[in-house]
Amino acid sequence: MKFAVVVFPGSNCDRDMYHAVKDSLNEEVDLVWYQDADLSEYDVILLPGGFSYGDYLRSGAIASTSNIVQQIKEAAAQKKPVLGVCNGFQVLLESGLLPGAMLPNRDLKFMCHHEELRVENAETMFSSEYQKGGLIHLPIAHGEGNYYCDDATYQQLKDNEQIVFTYTNNPNGSTGDIAGIVNETGNVLGMMPHPERAVESLLGNADGLRLFQSILMYWRNNHVIHA
Amino acid sequence: MSSMLEISPKEIEQKRLYAEMGLSDQEYKQVVELLGRRPNHTEIGLFSVMWSEHCSYKNSKPLLKKFPTEGPHVLQGPGEGAGVIDIGDNQAVVFKVESHNHPSAVEPYQGAATGVGGIIRDVFSMGARPIALLNSLRFGSLKHPRIKYLFEEVVRGIAGYGNCVGVPTVGGEVQFDDSYEGNPLVNAMCVGLINHDDIQKGIAAGVGNTVMYVGAKTGRDGIHGATFASEELSEEAESRRPSVQVGDPFMEKLLIEACLEVIHHDALVGIQDMGAAGLTSSASEMASKAGTGMEMNLDHIPQREKNMTPYEMMLSESQERMLLVIEKGREREISEIFKKYDLEAVAVGEVIEERRFRLLHHGEVVADVPVDALAEDAPVYHQPSSVPEYYKEFQAMETYQPIIEDYEETLLQLLQQPTIASKEWVYDQYDSMVQTNTVVTAGSDAAVLRVRDTKKALAMTTDCNSRYIYLDPETGGKIAVAEAARNIVCSGARPLGLTDGLNFGSPENPEIFWQMEKSVDGMSEACKVLDAPVISGNVSLYNESYGKAIYPTPIVGMVGLVEDTSHITRADFRQAGDLIYVIGKAEPEFGGSELQGMFEGRHFGKAPRIDLEVEKERQTSLLAAIQTGLVQSAHDISEGGFAVALAESLFGKEFGCDVSLTGNAAAELFSETQSRFLVSVRPEDHEKWEQLMTEAVFVGTVNNDGHYRVSLDGETILHTPTKKLKDAWKGAIPCLVKSKA
Repeated sequence: MKFAVVVFPGSNCDRDMYHAVKDSLNEEVDLVWYQDADLSEYDVILLPGGFSYGDYLRSGAIASTSNIVQQIKEAAAQKKPVLGVCNGFQVLLESGLLPGAMLPNRDLKFMCHHEELRVENAETMFSSEYQKGGLIHLPIAHGEGNYYCDDATYQQLKDNEQIVFTYTNNPNGSTGDIAGIVNETGNVLGMMPHPERAVESLLGNADGLRLFQSILMYWRNNHVIHA
Repeated sequence: MSSMLEISPKEIEQKRLYAEMGLSDQEYKQVVELLGRRPNHTEIGLFSVMWSEHCSYKNSKPLLKKFPTEGPHVLQGPGEGAGVIDIGDNQAVVFKVESHNHPSAVEPYQGAATGVGGIIRDVFSMGARPIALLNSLRFGSLKHPRIKYLFEEVVRGIAGYGNCVGVPTVGGEVQFDDSYEGNPLVNAMCVGLINHDDIQKGIAAGVGNTVMYVGAKTGRDGIHGATFASEELSEEAESRRPSVQVGDPFMEKLLIEACLEVIHHDALVGIQDMGAAGLTSSASEMASKAGTGMEMNLDHIPQREKNMTPYEMMLSESQERMLLVIEKGREREISEIFKKYDLEAVAVGEVIEERRFRLLHHGEVVADVPVDALAEDAPVYHQPSSVPEYYKEFQAMETYQPIIEDYEETLLQLLQQPTIASKEWVYDQYDSMVQTNTVVTAGSDAAVLRVRDTKKALAMTTDCNSRYIYLDPETGGKIAVAEAARNIVCSGARPLGLTDGLNFGSPENPEIFWQMEKSVDGMSEACKVLDAPVISGNVSLYNESYGKAIYPTPIVGMVGLVEDTSHITRADFRQAGDLIYVIGKAEPEFGGSELQGMFEGRHFGKAPRIDLEVEKERQTSLLAAIQTGLVQSAHDISEGGFAVALAESLFGKEFGCDVSLTGNAAAELFSETQSRFLVSVRPEDHEKWEQLMTEAVFVGTVNNDGHYRVSLDGETILHTPTKKLKDAWKGAIPCLVKSKA
């Protein structure tokens, strides 16, 4: 099983994601520069946080127009797990892989700390190692993490159980306290909190590791069935 | 030699135009002598920035020589982009502090942002990956709307730049005092990690080699920034807004990644960032250090604006630019690397044998000066110094003794003093975790970052209590270094070395120069005793507005080595039942204390005493105890004294405590006597601990009842819910920021 961490100019959580997979999950992973990538050889696509293209125009907007997004869409269509964290989530929104948009935080300030999250759906390929309704802590670090969608979309997200994580103490004004959502087929997850920053107890929190383990379990189960 | 439109050399002399650029008559004469003729407009511009205090240290050089700069682990002392200290396993830590005070006073967001950008470039130009940022900030009282604006925008600027560029901001300090009202201080420190073999130098060696320019285009921003930094702030400061550079952290991020790739390329000879005095300083310093000369064709300089003159190009402080020297004929290999990051590396000149700095523009030579004249031959001044009247008065005063009626109210008020209050409002805006190495972030005594793939970690802090230094610069200087080391030790680390950010008023004022002299003496002595060499630094003088100087503020940025991550220690108490000890006896010392400022509205009298040998002894034994695993938490007793330190240690988990003291209540609770520590120890370890730390005095226990309880000679003098204290401490700054003046 092989993970790809897609690196855009201005990505800055790429190495963190890389180390989370390599050192804490002990799986194979490559940093893939956005220009010379062939994503077809990878089983999981990770879009890291940061400030791709300096967040100029809108967060994630410029990255979403790069050629690699086509390959990300293909991977998503093939039902491969695609995870976008923070700026990666913003790229997924901008490229239409997930519904909704990001607004500046309610208090108009960047914020960085640990937040408590509720696991709303523990049946996705990203959350099976958590308990439904369980409370976990993950770090957030964003200036534009105020998730917005219209009422109809929100209803759809709820009806389809696409909301995976919510904040218990909404820090940024997100619609419906949303912290992370999946697409309708459940294989594209976008989330503002950073699971890759919470994989080692030395750094104070390992709640994020189970997210990566969920992906691993999903992949193993699938490949055992196909074997 | 100069174009038709340019001001003639004669005019420069007659109208004393050099004076507007910050050069004195005497300095102008010296330039004429060095050149053997009158300098033209571009040339006088080169001299004015290179001979500014900011670039030449002409007023501070004699003092800087006093600092101990050597040690067995120092790989690079002052003189390069940043200092380097060995941490074993072929790795080293690189760090430096830099000020951006004047730009931040007129354009706080960009001033602070570009301060961060500049110090990051100093570190990665050494070949190191920047792993952490700290900052040391000083403002006037938050009661004034202008100060609130400066405070909010400086913090936003630091966040805006550091967060985007992906270097965590992990610590620092913010203090407030009226002396900074017209002249805030914004000092940024960057720490990097490097393998020994990757250490770079900013040299232009090898005659015939190519000089390449990479990064952002040159614009008209920041012209004369170094000069602006070296003069007093006046009412015209607002008109200096165009002297403030504008930052582009995205460009910086690309430069970091590209340059860290380029340093592994064998065609690279030297690399330096274009900081203060931009192209002029980087180019002339690189040549001067290598004993060569340099010729540049300014037609090739990437320009953001049309019709830029040589003067403007050479003095621009546009950000995110680097200068490289590359083996001749291998330029393409280097530009290929930059191309990957959409950066253009352009050949702009070559290294020449003749030790001249020669600039061409539109086919003409527009400047031709001896290269050492710019970088090495700046005048050095031994300013006169005199003991200020205030100092004599303070030394003669009776010891100040506060009269405290209500201990709880006093403690609550102290916890709300902006200098003591929680800085969460500030550091929540900084990404402190990116790069996933941060073990301890802002809020403890020092920040701690693990060194990946090793057992080691690095502790880092910035410190400077300028009130003590104002009262007594020599003692205060010792305290600044000792306190930084105390914070490092409390975190479980051994101090490795420090970088100093010397912020003072005008050195031409003998009383200010005396402050400089004495504080450097004090700091140097503490560095020697505590084995912490000075490996880099920055000098910012003329921090005055409307004729009033800031408190002398020599900031200490210190880094320490944690040998094993299991030694990492925090200020917070860990568990109920643990025993609380105090190391060091409180004396009734209140000169320069937080309590004095709160009660009297000013600071006077004597600074607290410090005995460096005692300090050293306590730090050494405490570190040994920490390394043996005997210490649950350690916190230095500083601003606000024992009562504040105790409260801070309780806040994390909202513990309660039962503490019994004896003696003078005011001193026991609030004195700022030096070299004191608050430590908690597991009950089962108390015998071993007491054997090791014979000086430690048991004062009480941590408990779960959420009440802060202190008795003196058997009588309860403080009994308050911890939460009440915490809320006051936590709410003070948000409340001040929100309130309308």
